[in-house]
Amino acid sequence: MDLIAQLEAEQIASLGKDIPDFKAGDTIRVGYKVTEGTRSRVQNYEGVCISRKNGHGIAGSFTVRKISFGEGVERVFPLYSTNIESIEVVRRGRVRRAKLYYLRSRRGKSARIAEVANYKPKSQA
Amino acid sequence: MLRSGVIAKKVGMTRVFQEDGRQVPVTVLQLDGLQVVAQRTADKDGYTAVQLGTGTIKAKRVSRPMRGHFSAAKVEPKRKVAEFRVDPANLIGVGEEITADHYFEGQFVDVSGTSIGKGFAGAMKRHNFGGLRASHGVSISHRSHGSTGQCQDPGKVFKGKKMAGHMGAARVTTQNLQVVKTDSARGLIMVKGAVPGSKGGWVTIKDAVKKPFPENAILPAALKSAAEEAAKAAEEAAAAAAAEEAAAAEAAAAEAAAAEEAALKEAEAQIAADNAEGSAPEAEKKEGDE
Repeated sequence: MDLIAQLEAEQIASLGKDIPDFKAGDTIRVGYKVTEGTRSRVQNYEGVCISRKNGHGIAGSFTVRKISFGEGVERVFPLYSTNIESIEVVRRGRVRRAKLYYLRSRRGKSARIAEVANYKPKSQA
Repeated sequence: MLRSGVIAKKVGMTRVFQEDGRQVPVTVLQLDGLQVVAQRTADKDGYTAVQLGTGTIKAKRVSRPMRGHFSAAKVEPKRKVAEFRVDPANLIGVGEEITADHYFEGQFVDVSGTSIGKGFAGAMKRHNFGGLRASHGVSISHRSHGSTGQCQDPGKVFKGKKMAGHMGAARVTTQNLQVVKTDSARGLIMVKGAVPGSKGGWVTIKDAVKKPFPENAILPAALKSAAEEAAKAAEEAAAAAAAEEAAAAEAAAAEAAAAEEAALKEAEAQIAADNAEGSAPEAEKKEGDE
């Protein structure tokens, strides 16, 4: 393992994040820390994960899309951000692509994603 | 207070997540057996500086004069050698090893290295020219630099005109980079942002010239020998403290024993006095005096 990979692995271990198994198409709820002045609280952001980038490493990130007041909203979260309090999988979706950018041009019924009937959790290596 | 810089190897870039949610892009720089190879003094050379060497190289691949130079300093042959101007007060002894503690978190540094070579680059890449239009009659010269000057009046292209040419592979200094983290055990220094050069390339790190000299900088340098000495001293101090504590405990025990003994003696004396009360009142008086 080269030094950079080692440093990243150490940092991931020290951050001690519990990241569930999720992929594009899954509906997830992200608890994101918001600081208003001096007070900080956790804000939930729920939507469809439409892409995951850069794998499980420290540089990993994912995009969550939701329709808020009739307007599509997308947020990109770093996977290991210290601002993320929790990531929860609400629903497993069945999709045939890794990036669901086609959802951006869809509205309503056609933007639905079918649920996975037989989800098997990945065995922890 | 001009102090020595360090030579480091660029390992690569990563990111560091801070407690407050910020993520900082960092370049990891590594010190690899960084030792003082020679000194330059005002008497002998007309200026004061330290020559540092770093990295490892097989002795047989080092030229004979350089081998002699390294052996005179009693150090292993070094891959990369560089000089740093220092104040005469901040000269470092030959053979001393500098550690990554030389810089502290939050400090600003300047990092110099050889930038990645781009070869013969056009004006758009080299000088950020805009190029020509995509249409409106432009023919096979969309990325050209366009006009290089006026007409017969100057009748020449001015010197220094920005044109295509060789780009990169030049010494570049990036100023005022902040040190995010240091790790002296592995000799790592992490600075915020990018550093010139490719991965595995050598760079030099110096205290930032455009910031005030940091007060808590270690002078003349963070040396391995000093760290070892400090560790030894700390160990000794700890041992001494432990010994002192043990001695104190012993003394306390002795004192307690003595007190007990004294109490016992007193009690005995009291008993004796009680027994002899009738016969010897002087003895009781004496006891009272005590």
